[in-house]
Amino acid sequence: MTSRARRLLDLDPATVRRARTLARRAGKPVVDLAKAHTTVSVERATLRLAGLSGADHENVPWVNHLVDAVRDGVGLEHGVTTPVWDALARGEAPDLLTLAQKASSGGVSFRQPEKADLTRARRNARRDVARGIRTIDRQRATRDRLITKHGDPKQKPWVYLIVATGDIYEDIPQAQEAAREGADIIAVIRSTGQSLLDFVPEGATREGYAGTYATQENFRLMRAALDESSKELGRYIRLTNYASGLCMPEIATLAGLERLDMMLNDSMYGILFRDINPIRTFVDQRFSRQIHARAGIIINTGEDNYLTTADAVEAAHTVTVSQLLNEYFAKEAGLADWQLGLGHAFEIDPAVPESFRLELAHALLARELFPQAPLKWMPPTKHMTGDVFRGYLLDGFFNLVGAMTGQGILLVGMMTEAVVTPWLSDRDLALQNVRYVMNAAGGLTEDFHPPRGGFIQQRAHQVLAEAIELLEEIATDQGGADPHYPQPLLEAIADGTFGAMKRPPTKGKGLDGVVVKADGYDNPAVTLLEEGSTT
Amino acid sequence: MTPRTEAQEARNRSRRHLSERRMEDAVVGEASLAESVLTTPIVRPYGDTTGDGMVQVSFTLPLPHDKRAEGAALQLAAKMGMEPAILVHAKAIGPKFTFFVVYGSVTHLVDVREVQVVEREYDLLSAKDTNAAIRKHLRRKLVVVGACIGTDAHTVGIDAILNIKGFAGEKGLEYYREMAVHNLGAQVLIPDLVNTAREVRADAVLVSQVVTQRDAHIHNTQAMSAAFREAFPKGKVPLLIVGGPRFEEGSAGTLGVDRIFGRGTTPGEVASYLVHALVNPPTPSRKGA
Repeated sequence: MTSRARRLLDLDPATVRRARTLARRAGKPVVDLAKAHTTVSVERATLRLAGLSGADHENVPWVNHLVDAVRDGVGLEHGVTTPVWDALARGEAPDLLTLAQKASSGGVSFRQPEKADLTRARRNARRDVARGIRTIDRQRATRDRLITKHGDPKQKPWVYLIVATGDIYEDIPQAQEAAREGADIIAVIRSTGQSLLDFVPEGATREGYAGTYATQENFRLMRAALDESSKELGRYIRLTNYASGLCMPEIATLAGLERLDMMLNDSMYGILFRDINPIRTFVDQRFSRQIHARAGIIINTGEDNYLTTADAVEAAHTVTVSQLLNEYFAKEAGLADWQLGLGHAFEIDPAVPESFRLELAHALLARELFPQAPLKWMPPTKHMTGDVFRGYLLDGFFNLVGAMTGQGILLVGMMTEAVVTPWLSDRDLALQNVRYVMNAAGGLTEDFHPPRGGFIQQRAHQVLAEAIELLEEIATDQGGADPHYPQPLLEAIADGTFGAMKRPPTKGKGLDGVVVKADGYDNPAVTLLEEGSTT
Repeated sequence: MTPRTEAQEARNRSRRHLSERRMEDAVVGEASLAESVLTTPIVRPYGDTTGDGMVQVSFTLPLPHDKRAEGAALQLAAKMGMEPAILVHAKAIGPKFTFFVVYGSVTHLVDVREVQVVEREYDLLSAKDTNAAIRKHLRRKLVVVGACIGTDAHTVGIDAILNIKGFAGEKGLEYYREMAVHNLGAQVLIPDLVNTAREVRADAVLVSQVVTQRDAHIHNTQAMSAAFREAFPKGKVPLLIVGGPRFEEGSAGTLGVDRIFGRGTTPGEVASYLVHALVNPPTPSRKGA
């Protein structure tokens, strides 16, 4: 595939290298910024790794109580773990849960320990957090074992289907049915609004709007159900959720603990489309990606979103730019190529002449730039008008591009997109569409060689050139609106380079949860993840 | 041909029936293809012949696919007024469900005179005319605040109307020189919306509700309009507009808002309405425009 794809577009290797260099140049200062900060959610995720779970009678999680109490007491500049395990060592409470409960009513005084006390607190914290990391390691091993036993899907791309009822007990039979009908990956869409909650809800949930809350218990229930389905169907059914929004690090952690297989995790989506503070997002994202790397989770990035708000032809290069940045941030956090489900979408207005050839060019460009990544190919949404018959045809063409360009993950398009949440029959028809195209044209990759210098090659070269131009602009953006944040990428985000949305680093939701690390900051989770250690 | 299934049987039966019916006269007052549709108030669906009344429906029944399920589908079609109904397709979806496609002639007649529609009560203006009207009559910028409220995080609707990029080839309200637009984005709390509207002295507040379940769009809108009525003295409440695919035309009163915009609304329509509703004196009506 790799070398064949490379021949298809005749991209100049020096140009491709230049694109990656520019992405690194834009991304590196932001990584440095992320390393210099922590967030309440990173600290809460660390406590979750150490085994703290559950919530009070008002559904406020204990991790929120404990992090807030430490922050009020001594601040989070040194990390939450040192004061917490110091308090445990001083006998403030026999265990983490009791400590959190006591702390929630202000019954614990925290301090920043020194010398031997500091060493002891750090050692104990590391010991307990390492248990969570080992659970993630075990879950990864279990996944590997189950894949060996049941097998991967027989065809590529893998078929990705969404369920979203709001009720986990309604989702489960739907997901199992979808798997029987041919889905290889089940994504449970989150309730709208969860991305802006600064806590992770608890327990099995039956109330959600246009989706189901991501909770540890919902993760566990759905994974167990799909394990049954995997056994029944003789192929491992993967489960997907969303590590995005204000609790990205915690949700990533829960995903690792409960063996989710893929997570939506974009580097800039929350900033642009949910108005979450840029620094909060980059800090949270780095931690969540480190967890995903460790857990063997495939991330799915959200480039499709650029095309739903901007014109898919004019903005084609912004997808490429975002893919390159996502790749840089992902690899920096330790993710391997096979874990990068970089996104792109079939969103060109069907009224545009040669729209199908343009789609082919864009999809091939992504395929060729990231030959080892399991690209995620997203169906039309913006030009689905409610004419379900026309929509079915568009989805067929979408599937055909997927088959012809060797995409890794195919999100199944619904003809009732923008009409209703998919019905049982919509899913069935959509899967028939996918099966027909794969059966009829799955081998077309063999015959499909766009001519040298032809329309498709030229278009791909043009998009790549525009992407490099934009990356150059970003990497050298020196608007300097805010002298505290000289990072060119932040500058570009602030001045509306992406999606025409202006997101300055001093604004946005979740900013108050960002903390500058002190010199003595310690986070055993980050240490274990970066060292690759298990104890 | 000997029919093999009940579906085929039904299909054959109704084909015979249809060819008979085509020989009959159209209902009195019903338009034939040759006549002008506007002159006749009684219509029936048109398949390929005037008066054939043909419709297609598809649905799923929670029954395993067998002859009983096919009979059940035809029974449903009959109860929906499809007589005769042709079961053209039946397919099992898993062991417990069957999907059907049914064609048939409906017995119902439609009287166009009884149809009630909300006619557009304002003239469509170009961006240039909108700006000119505001400049001439309002003599200051028209202030618009927009937001998605409640849990709805889907800003596509409000962005289509407000962002410069716009929708359907029309530029959004931000493009209008004589408008000051404040797009607050997603999941804005109602008190924040009210405060912002007060701070910026909003002339109009646009609220979008795209994704909704269990009538959340209605509850959110009612809560929003109530909050504005409470916070502003009578007569000073900004013009309240909601948009979204699920709102019913004609329910503005129950929602407590001034205007509802549905699916497919373009920025130009909203801008024209704002001029109509807010800029005095109203532009002279040009009927038939």
